[in-house]
Amino acid sequence: MNVLCIDTSNQPMSIAVYKENELAGEITINIKRNHSIQLMPNIEHLMQQANLKPKDLDQMVVADGPGSFTGIRIGMTTAKTMAWTLNIPIKTVSSLKLIGASLLYQNGLVCPFFDARRGNVYTGLYRVLEGEINTIEDDCNIDMASWLTQVKDIDEKIFFISPNGENFKELIEQELGEKAVYVEQPFQLPRASLLWKMSQSNEESPIHLVKPNYHRKTEAENNWLKQNGEGSHDERG
Amino acid sequence: MKTNEIILAIETSCDETAAAVVKGGTELLSNVVATQMDIHQKFGGVVPEIASRHHIEQITLVIEQALDEAGMTMEDIDAVAVTEGPGLVGALLIGVNAAKSLAYAHDIPLIGVHHIAGHIYANRLEQEFRFPLLSLVVSGGHTELIYMRDHGDYEVIGETRDDAAGEAYDKVAKALALPYPGGPVIDRLAQDGDDLYNFPRAWLEKDSYDFSFSGLKTAVINKLNQLKQKDEEYRIEDLAASFQNSVIEVLVEKTYKATMDLDVKQLIVAGGVSANKGLRQALQDRFKHTDVELMIPPLYLCTDNAAMIGAAASIEYHKQHYKDLKLNANPGLMLG
Ligand SMILES: [Zn+2]
Repeated sequence: MNVLCIDTSNQPMSIAVYKENELAGEITINIKRNHSIQLMPNIEHLMQQANLKPKDLDQMVVADGPGSFTGIRIGMTTAKTMAWTLNIPIKTVSSLKLIGASLLYQNGLVCPFFDARRGNVYTGLYRVLEGEINTIEDDCNIDMASWLTQVKDIDEKIFFISPNGENFKELIEQELGEKAVYVEQPFQLPRASLLWKMSQSNEESPIHLVKPNYHRKTEAENNWLKQNGEGSHDERG
Repeated sequence: MKTNEIILAIETSCDETAAAVVKGGTELLSNVVATQMDIHQKFGGVVPEIASRHHIEQITLVIEQALDEAGMTMEDIDAVAVTEGPGLVGALLIGVNAAKSLAYAHDIPLIGVHHIAGHIYANRLEQEFRFPLLSLVVSGGHTELIYMRDHGDYEVIGETRDDAAGEAYDKVAKALALPYPGGPVIDRLAQDGDDLYNFPRAWLEKDSYDFSFSGLKTAVINKLNQLKQKDEEYRIEDLAASFQNSVIEVLVEKTYKATMDLDVKQLIVAGGVSANKGLRQALQDRFKHTDVELMIPPLYLCTDNAAMIGAAASIEYHKQHYKDLKLNANPGLMLG
């Protein structure tokens, strides 16, 4: 199998190529740059390094969110369009699970999170055991203070891991004390190469229907719901 | 270089997800538009984030349908074209990244198109251009007079200094509590009204081809408030007709003067507002007894579509003005 993996759901951009089931290469860039400019030239470069043509690809894997709305869409549009036009399957993996997978051989609880501004985070809770990572609490959009209150009573060490979580480091240590382990660089960056393994237990996504998992409605929809009552017909789910 | 190249074009600059297949810049093989109009209606205008969310859900479906209707596969396509700007950045990004993926996957040229160039070239799907020509571009975001000496050569000689014509329509419609999008509603009401209020016409400096509509918009809103305050009876049709007459008179007279000053062979009318019946009629009347050939696209080519992007891209294809894979959305892209 030749597989192209993409994650652009936050500031870091990570792409990986598998050639005949072996990891041929991976590029991870953690610099504030425009994914729309960077992604495709880097894919081309990595594919050239692996001596692969687009038509040699057998599968696409993409991180489908949560994260920056625009960022997720750039990776997803690229993966989706390539999967469609090359007529190959596409699979998706949570961007949070991908970050959590950085600790795949460190047994225990992992809490990956992304700063969603104004005290909010996208987060979830995962358990890592012998190279497997499983969901304990589903990905969600929540204010960090409430989330920490929720996980505080778990009587176990939790690894907090985030590519942009510096603002919450103090709060986490203050709330959870010794139980919290704040994962430092470079382990907090996404590695697209992990996407393929993460995706293996997932179903293939129907190409036309695959879309980002934003975990958050738009401002306009929230305001509309406020004015028209929460019970109103929900546009997009 | 093929003369009858086949271009797959993509347009996602606002609230339409569109794809089309165009042959040789003049022959339309398919033209698919998925509109989001009804989705944005309840918000009273286009919500950029919602537009982007819909584009990503529609993009591959629309492209597939465009190829199917043209009876083609990607193997038949010689180049991929896409609107790179201006427009909503998040919306543009979907089209741009889809186009780059197709160009890379099939190793074919990638062409970036200015949205307004597209609106102008929509007309070439109907009739060949004769230069020099003048184009009046009127839409929700644009009011521009563009002079063209040759294909792909654009000189903006006049533009709005404040609101675009379509924007003034939308704002007045909002003040009159008309449903979104208000332009077509005002046009319809105006057909049954009379110009009772004689709103100001903004001619600006004597030699200027520029436009200004924000003063007019304010005058209409003030008049409406005044009528309400005095509890006077009024017909919304008359307000609509008075507003529309003022807009159209300025658009038509300035355009007429420019065609005479520049001695052009054709006048091309482009953009969403060129669907306006009042404007079409006034232009036809004004240019009836002139040597200037008036070209107004059929309605389905006035509003945003990808066929026009494919038509404009053909010119760039023959000049080999290709983009590389770094192509980005450019919401403030300038023409020419
Ligand atoms: Zn337009």
